[in-house]
Amino acid sequence: MTKTGKIFGINGPIIYIKGNTGFKMSEMVYVGKEKLVGEVIGLTSDQTTIQVFEETSGLKPGEEVIATGGALSVTLAPGIITNIFDGIQRPLAEIAKNSGAYISRGISVDSLDTEKLWETHMVIKPNQTVYGGTIIAEVPETSAVVHKVMIPPDLEGVILSVMPDGKYTIKDTIAVLQLEDGSEVNLTMTQVWPIRVPRPTHSRYPASKPLITGQRILDTLFPIAKGGTAAVPGGFGTGKTMTQHQIAKWSDADIIVYIGCGERGNEMTQVLEDFSKLVDPKSGNPLMDRTTLIANTSNMPVAAREASIYTGITLAEYYRDMGYDVAIMADSTSRWAEALRELSGRLEEMPAEEGFPAYLASRLSAFYERAGMMRNLNGTEGSVSIIGAVSPQGGDFSEPVTQNTKRFVRCFWGLDKSLAYARHFPAIHWLTSYSEYLEDLAPWYADNVGSDFVDYRNQIVALLNQESSLMEIVKLIGSDVLPDDQKLILEIARVIRLGFLQQNAFHKEDTCVPLEKQMKMMETILYLYQKCRALVSMGMPMSILKEDSIFEKVIAIKYDVENDALYKFNDYKKAIDVFYDKVIEKNA
Amino acid sequence: MSIEYLGLSEINGPLVALEGVQNASFDEIVEITVDEKEKKLGRIVEIYEDKAVIQVFKGTDNISLKNTHTKLSGHPLEIALSPDILGRTFNGIGQPIDGLGEIIPEKKEDVNGKPLNPVTREYPRNYIRTGISAIDGLTTLIRGQKLPIFSGNGLPHDQLAAQIVKQASLGDNSDEEFAIVFAAMGVKYDVANFFRRTFEESGVSSHVVMFLNLANDPVVERLITPKVALTAAEYLAFEKSMHILVILTDMTSFAEAMREVSSSKGEIPSRKGYPGYLYSELATIYERAGIVAGVNGSVTQIPILTMPNDDITHPIPDLTGYITEGQIVLDRAMHGQSIYPPINVLPSLSRLMKDGIGAGYTREDHQDIANQLFSSYAKVGEARNLASVIGEDELSPIDKKYLAFGKAFETEFVGQGAMENRSIIDTLNIGWRLLRMLPKEELDRVDTKILDKYYNAVQES
Repeated sequence: MTKTGKIFGINGPIIYIKGNTGFKMSEMVYVGKEKLVGEVIGLTSDQTTIQVFEETSGLKPGEEVIATGGALSVTLAPGIITNIFDGIQRPLAEIAKNSGAYISRGISVDSLDTEKLWETHMVIKPNQTVYGGTIIAEVPETSAVVHKVMIPPDLEGVILSVMPDGKYTIKDTIAVLQLEDGSEVNLTMTQVWPIRVPRPTHSRYPASKPLITGQRILDTLFPIAKGGTAAVPGGFGTGKTMTQHQIAKWSDADIIVYIGCGERGNEMTQVLEDFSKLVDPKSGNPLMDRTTLIANTSNMPVAAREASIYTGITLAEYYRDMGYDVAIMADSTSRWAEALRELSGRLEEMPAEEGFPAYLASRLSAFYERAGMMRNLNGTEGSVSIIGAVSPQGGDFSEPVTQNTKRFVRCFWGLDKSLAYARHFPAIHWLTSYSEYLEDLAPWYADNVGSDFVDYRNQIVALLNQESSLMEIVKLIGSDVLPDDQKLILEIARVIRLGFLQQNAFHKEDTCVPLEKQMKMMETILYLYQKCRALVSMGMPMSILKEDSIFEKVIAIKYDVENDALYKFNDYKKAIDVFYDKVIEKNA
Repeated sequence: MSIEYLGLSEINGPLVALEGVQNASFDEIVEITVDEKEKKLGRIVEIYEDKAVIQVFKGTDNISLKNTHTKLSGHPLEIALSPDILGRTFNGIGQPIDGLGEIIPEKKEDVNGKPLNPVTREYPRNYIRTGISAIDGLTTLIRGQKLPIFSGNGLPHDQLAAQIVKQASLGDNSDEEFAIVFAAMGVKYDVANFFRRTFEESGVSSHVVMFLNLANDPVVERLITPKVALTAAEYLAFEKSMHILVILTDMTSFAEAMREVSSSKGEIPSRKGYPGYLYSELATIYERAGIVAGVNGSVTQIPILTMPNDDITHPIPDLTGYITEGQIVLDRAMHGQSIYPPINVLPSLSRLMKDGIGAGYTREDHQDIANQLFSSYAKVGEARNLASVIGEDELSPIDKKYLAFGKAFETEFVGQGAMENRSIIDTLNIGWRLLRMLPKEELDRVDTKILDKYYNAVQES
């Protein structure tokens, strides 16, 4: 017998039911004649509070609310990748087929295509003992992703029968499992999992491998580990979305989950268009073939915006369980926090700082802790990395969302307004940003890129820091009065800023740069510094050094040396030597 | 026969409460008759069982607890739409005020609109030439974009918007059908009149739909005015295949009205007393710009907002900037130097620009020259700061060149006449002429090939 109640009060996305309905906390409900999707968020003995994930215009008191018995959940099966969903996993393309250009209310569509036949290869045999997470079948989901069908985490037993390889829908029985108590379960490709509950794993590994993004300032200066967490805070126009797009395009994750949470509709359209056209340089497949999108744009209902973050991470955890490295782009977590604030205000809860609810910090930490490099139940290794954009009010990093996020992430890529104004992109500021993964990842860099990599990186950072303190003086008295060795630091720092940190996302070669090239670029810049320092210590003034075009030449390395033509770096070393000899010859 | 309810149970500012109602629905429109003669519209904003809280559009003056009849309409606020709305003037809730009679509706549409499905959107790529260098060159306006003007009281944002309307509508694609939807929220009579005159002078008034809620009109109406205007815009764009430019002024009054109503509802305030749903409300307005795939029309929005105390971090401009696709920021210091339009290019931005310019759209060097102008002009600021400390005479020769470049950039590139309509090629060439004031080595944002082609070539000619 399903439990029901009657609407008593309506206030925006929140509705109330009078009396004890017997509903459960976090249970999914259908509201009203149009069966709008909602979730129970508060229970007292005489009132039930429900948040509705769709527009509530036109609802009337007295309409019926029906409990579904289960928590708000996502459907997990082949068909997730390349798809675009709203915040509660309804496929937007299907909605468009049903209701045209606009999203109407109360549309009931399956999350995934239940008719499509998938080429299935069974990997288990009858009489095999299986546990939660055991892989039972493999389905090529896209050109880039093999979907591994698993036993749901809470089941174990002995396989009684297995269907032959062939084409099946996600609803067809592909094997029969006998549980310990003797009952039989028909296994399909589909699992259902509540979005607010993390999927179980065996254990957690420490961070040891970097998530390589092809972005110099990230990979070299402030790297993030696979299974790590990073925050990208910045005022509007500083390039949060561009940074997220770049990582989604070029990082070496197997799967990308892109959550557009309360952001612009055109941006999601752009991701759809771009990612379908762009090709992954490593595999040659379209980027869309490893991407799934959750789009809850700013004009879509606010409660679904709150849910979209959880929907996204649950999908990510599912692919992690198959042994994949998944990266989540959450753009933007501030909109999610504001959705919490908006709903909290409607519930008349006591506000904490800036009107945000007091549980903001615990919700944020619970979200970021779902990231990690894990040993899965089936013994495979997979990771979920979270890169969350933060949109601080007025670009001021002291506001509650940025501050609380900072406590729970280990990588902080602070975007800077003045860099963005000067169109220095990516506008990640090297003095305010940090990465706590540096030490964890140092052995990996030493083994895989070069033993000097971390040392070079530290020298580069040191030069930038020296520049910053020298600039304090320059601002007061101008650069002419500085001694030549300090002028040299300013010049080399300029080369680093323009030639290394600045990266052109629209340039064919520069948009994604392999680690080897990043290493060579640092090496060349530092070699130039070393030679110039020798010249300066011999008493050569900077004005003579700057007459040569060598500095501009090194700055242009990012465009002039193709990613697959690293042998050209030898020419630069020679050119620096020639420059050194020439200066000595002329001025000795 | 619909039921009428006699009297009210409570009146509080623009809100009234009605008890014993049956079958009322959330967001429904009601008609309140006061003293048997005056009719006011209201909207149900909260319901608890049989008690409805109603927001009255025309204000609650003259209403007592006894002298009203209230009738439910059974639907949310709708406006009558037909191609005849072109050239007409309406009040803030879509009722004609030009004395030309009611619109005979081809259809009626709920003003709240529905969210456009991202899957059915088309990514905007066609640029709109405004003839204003600072906009065309550095913050290019794209058809289907929402690009607000961040201004302050006393700055010439109205003139700028009027110039954009005039020059964009007479643009290169004048064979396509265009129209302007103008919505005024809480603006002064003079401002509304200025726009009306401008439309008449440029001969476009038969293509303009005006929705006017002036400063002395009821505050609550303002909350619905932009939605009414955008419903008309969407109808003309997506059903009549027209290219619509929507001017919304002033969004600050809209947000202020929201704060006023929210506080009389007794809601918990978040930032600076604005309600927690300010972002969502602004988003439902701004996101109603765009292009639907397969449809020939488009909705381009130019909202105008005055930043309280010129503060760009105030919640209204701040939240707007997070939703819109860029912003054009006006600057009081430049206005003080009689530069028109006083656009401060550094914080100004057009997010859609990158995909609508370059070879095939404007000219191959457009992106590079824009980056270079931004970067060089940012250095001008540093040189000026230094000059204010150590004096201009003490500056290095290169810093002096930057000072000269900065001055020329402001007066010759940004500055132009209120009637001057520059072609995109002119704009780019002016940019190159100014950049040649700087040594070639300083131009580090331009691709080497393009630099060689334009830096030298134009110099020779």
